Amino acid sequence: MTQVLLFNITNGLIIGAFYVLMALGLSLILNLSNVINFAHGGFLVIGGYIAYTITPYVGFWGSLLIAPPLTAVIGLLVERVLIRPLYGRDPLYSLLLTFGLAFIIEDGTRFIWGAQGKPVTVPAILATPLSYEFFFITGYRLFMVFVVVATVTLLFVLLRYTRLGIRIRAGTLDLETVAALGINVGMLRSLNFAVGIFLAGLSGVLAAGQLGLEPTMGTGLLMPSFIAIIVGGVGSLTGTLLGGLLIGVASGITAVFLPAASEAIMYVLMAVVLLIRPRGLLGEEGMLT
Amino acid sequence: MSAQTRKLVALGAIWATLAFAPYWMVPLGGYTALGTRVLVLGLAAMSVNFLLGFTGVLSFGHAAYFGLGAYGAGFALKFLAPSTPLSLLCGMLLGGVAGALLGALIVRRRGVYFAMVTIAFGQVFYYIAFQWSSVTGGDDGLRGFSRQPLDFGLFSLDILSNTNAFYYFVFVCFALATCVMAFILRSPFGRTMIAIRENERRARFLGIPVERHIWIAFTLSCFFVGFAGALYALLNNFADPRGLHYSQSGDFVMMAVMGGMRTFWGPLLGAAVFVVLQDYLSSITVNWMSFVGMLFVAVVLFFPRGLLGFIRRNGES
Repeated sequence: MTQVLLFNITNGLIIGAFYVLMALGLSLILNLSNVINFAHGGFLVIGGYIAYTITPYVGFWGSLLIAPPLTAVIGLLVERVLIRPLYGRDPLYSLLLTFGLAFIIEDGTRFIWGAQGKPVTVPAILATPLSYEFFFITGYRLFMVFVVVATVTLLFVLLRYTRLGIRIRAGTLDLETVAALGINVGMLRSLNFAVGIFLAGLSGVLAAGQLGLEPTMGTGLLMPSFIAIIVGGVGSLTGTLLGGLLIGVASGITAVFLPAASEAIMYVLMAVVLLIRPRGLLGEEGMLT
Repeated sequence: MSAQTRKLVALGAIWATLAFAPYWMVPLGGYTALGTRVLVLGLAAMSVNFLLGFTGVLSFGHAAYFGLGAYGAGFALKFLAPSTPLSLLCGMLLGGVAGALLGALIVRRRGVYFAMVTIAFGQVFYYIAFQWSSVTGGDDGLRGFSRQPLDFGLFSLDILSNTNAFYYFVFVCFALATCVMAFILRSPFGRTMIAIRENERRARFLGIPVERHIWIAFTLSCFFVGFAGALYALLNNFADPRGLHYSQSGDFVMMAVMGGMRTFWGPLLGAAVFVVLQDYLSSITVNWMSFVGMLFVAVVLFFPRGLLGFIRRNGES
């Protein structure tokens, strides 16, 4: 029993780390640009498939390095051409546009790479279990956690100490003042969007190694990320981090006792948080309300 | 022509077009069930727009209450009694009551946050319908029921096998629902909704309990959309879990925006265009999803006011 519980908690933490990566990207874009990026799952799929395509040439490690920036470049193009005209308009429009974009991406990947799922092999060094007693802790899972932790740390350092990061955080609080101080807000939004999509692309590459590739895989991962943001509190990246881990572990533990409800528990958690603390765990009052 | 007569002529034209749909659609290459679909989904889009266009609150989770209406109608027919009016009532109640309960949790949020919470809560029912397959039929949907002939005592109307009769049944339901909706919008309550949309802060300073008004508007809109969902279950003789999914909500919002969300009839026009286009595209190409997606992008970028808004604006200038 203890082992099963331990297994599921570890599993939940790993899945949670993964939701965190997705949700942080979504959260960045939402906080600065007020855009709910429905196509985020689509960008995750693009990242995964790009990695799949270039792996024969550059290997797994190469694809891990190259695929996320390539996805970010695609995201940058999309932001410049499609999303930029919508800033300042009702958030309804960007929501609908990215919603349509998600359709196009899903259909496009099916068109290019086929509707059948693709198996993805990870290097042998990562595929072996580390111990026989705890068979579920494979090298790949540890590696995933390591990458997520490193990326999140890097992101927080970027936001805390670099000029770009400080501007992004300032823009989240008051974009008008940031613009009045002579900072190019259009450029800031583009870069911020690209960082968000980079995280989606990275999630895609990591997910592919664990789950394989499918054109529809993005949609299933989108909703937990939404819940992570709501539970953590809109406007707070630390909240998103906490929210993602929390719902991951909660659904991991529920999977032991009531497997059918492991998905539903996230929604229960969200309802409870909204009842007790409507702004989310770390959300600030007045933020995007 | 004065504005008043022009309005009357337009209204007459809309109702005449709808009333004779089975007679002009078939020669044009359509089929009656397609017309019924337009009416049902049009009613759903108008219910979404009741909230979106007239209260200015973006709900992206209305498919949940639409689907609950469908499941409610299905359960009533399957387990309660073989009665069509009862099933409509049950569907409407299920959708509306669920909307009232969840609405109380979310009305304090605004803007994008409101949209996100409605999406996430909407998905709850999708998972329930999907997972609890012993009751809901899971992925296959709820089957094993069919709409029942209407019994008026003196005569009965066979809406099960006669598609034209069913069209007129839906037409009457649609007319009733839209009349109630128009009546609410013309009432002081409806005017208050529009005041909240135009300037929430000013409405609050005038002493209007904004949250309570939004909650009531949300609940009413869920009752309407639940009613549409019940009709949809009768139309298909089965309830589909995909009717609960957020992509269905996206379709409703799209219909409302495409037709013109500041207008009363716009969503119906949007639904007609959307349903006919989807029906046509899925018959000629497997990549219809891309085309629907491009339609979304094109409408947002080039016709944000929707078809009716576009026509009206050009008519004025």
